[in-house]
Amino acid sequence: MSDISAKVKAIIVDKLGVDENEVVNEASFTNDLGADSLDTVELIMEFEKEFNIAIPDDQAEKIGTVGEAVAHIDEAVKNA
Amino acid sequence: MELKRVVVTGMGTINPLGNNVAEFWDGLRNGVSGAAPITRFDASKQKTQFACEVKNYNPTDYFDRKTARKYDLYTQFAIIAANQAVKDSGLNTDEINQERAGVILGVGIGGLETFFNEVHAYKDENPKFSPFFIPKMIANIANGMIAIEHGFKGVNYTTVSACASSTHALVDAVNYIRMGKADVIISGGAEAAVNQAGVCGFNSMRAISTRNDDPKTASRPFDKDRDGFVMAEGAGALILEEYEHAVKRGATIYAELAGGGMTCDAYHMTAPDPNGAGATNVMRQALEDAGLSPEDVDYVNVHGTSTGLGDVAEPKAIINVFGEHAKKLSISSTKSMTGHLLGAAGAVETIASILAMQNSTVPPTINQFERDEEVPDLDYTFNVAKEREINVALSNTFGFGGHNATVVLKKLS
Repeated sequence: MSDISAKVKAIIVDKLGVDENEVVNEASFTNDLGADSLDTVELIMEFEKEFNIAIPDDQAEKIGTVGEAVAHIDEAVKNA
Repeated sequence: MELKRVVVTGMGTINPLGNNVAEFWDGLRNGVSGAAPITRFDASKQKTQFACEVKNYNPTDYFDRKTARKYDLYTQFAIIAANQAVKDSGLNTDEINQERAGVILGVGIGGLETFFNEVHAYKDENPKFSPFFIPKMIANIANGMIAIEHGFKGVNYTTVSACASSTHALVDAVNYIRMGKADVIISGGAEAAVNQAGVCGFNSMRAISTRNDDPKTASRPFDKDRDGFVMAEGAGALILEEYEHAVKRGATIYAELAGGGMTCDAYHMTAPDPNGAGATNVMRQALEDAGLSPEDVDYVNVHGTSTGLGDVAEPKAIINVFGEHAKKLSISSTKSMTGHLLGAAGAVETIASILAMQNSTVPPTINQFERDEEVPDLDYTFNVAKEREINVALSNTFGFGGHNATVVLKKLS
């Protein structure tokens, strides 16, 4: 697992209070990990803070799963 | 319209003397002080470095980690007290008419810790707030969460009147039930302001005691050397129920909430009317509302916060209302032990008054060392609890803004 992937998953475990075994790439924040709309916004903010990136709202709306978050952050960090 | 009667069928509390009703009563009758050095943050640079905090509190004993993180401390306390009260009442919340079940709590400030932390972290160059900032901080959110927990879909709102907040909540709840608009209401209040903003804010007003060398004797209502109140935190919740509704389901009835009063000093932003005019009116109004005369009253749980002005004005008001009978009353300020729970004070002190009634024991006003000649000479139950049959009790609370609220409790005959 990449460093970014590990950190993203740790944040999700912390913020959503879920077991780390559940945080697989295919897991949807809302359908599988019990997040509501506020939780999702908070997660995105935590990613921004942790990786020192900006995720605009229109892009944030496309991040629905753990894998999508990792991919987006990977890309954003590379381009930073 | 004939008014319904309202009774108390459940109680719950988490406060500096105990994390449930039994522990609370144990502390009250034994004259225990809840004051100690502040543990919630580094208070070493504060003028006041102690408070009455809730003891042995670990949020995850009550909530899962995610939930605990979403609730400000005041909301956590409110839910804990409400859940205890519902359990104590034996109500089957699935079987009652949920649309006639409500929640009316009083909260003086609300999520002050959340407000402080979030505002503290804010930066103009990257303006962001947590999406939970608003819903976690607002003073009514505890009500909403309690309604979800128990499925109560009737009347639901929060009263805000500083340190009179939860007494206003109780009086409002009584009136709803009396008018036949609700069968059951979870009422009471919660507060959690022992944080940098709360302590420093009250310090600047010179409202709180700075007796850092001896916290346990700092809350000393009516004592000559009193130097302000002691901040406290926690919650109290009562199940108020329409009398017939309670009887029909065979509920244990603790007391009748026979009436209440609500007035305003219209005098000063924070200081009480020195002659206790507002306090006089509120007690008179409450007794009239309950259909009782001053001579019926045995016990008054006073607001008595351990401040210079308030501790003189309130006894004057008691003499105005009760005349000769004032000397026969048992009076106590349980704030000498619990500290001042601000918006939650009225709820916790109403519970204290009911416990006093149940146990025929007047809890003491601890920390009386030297008599203050300015304070009218009445029976304040100094230092040790006293056995006494209590049939009618009054509980007073007064708040910044000149708010006065009083409830009248009656043993059910």
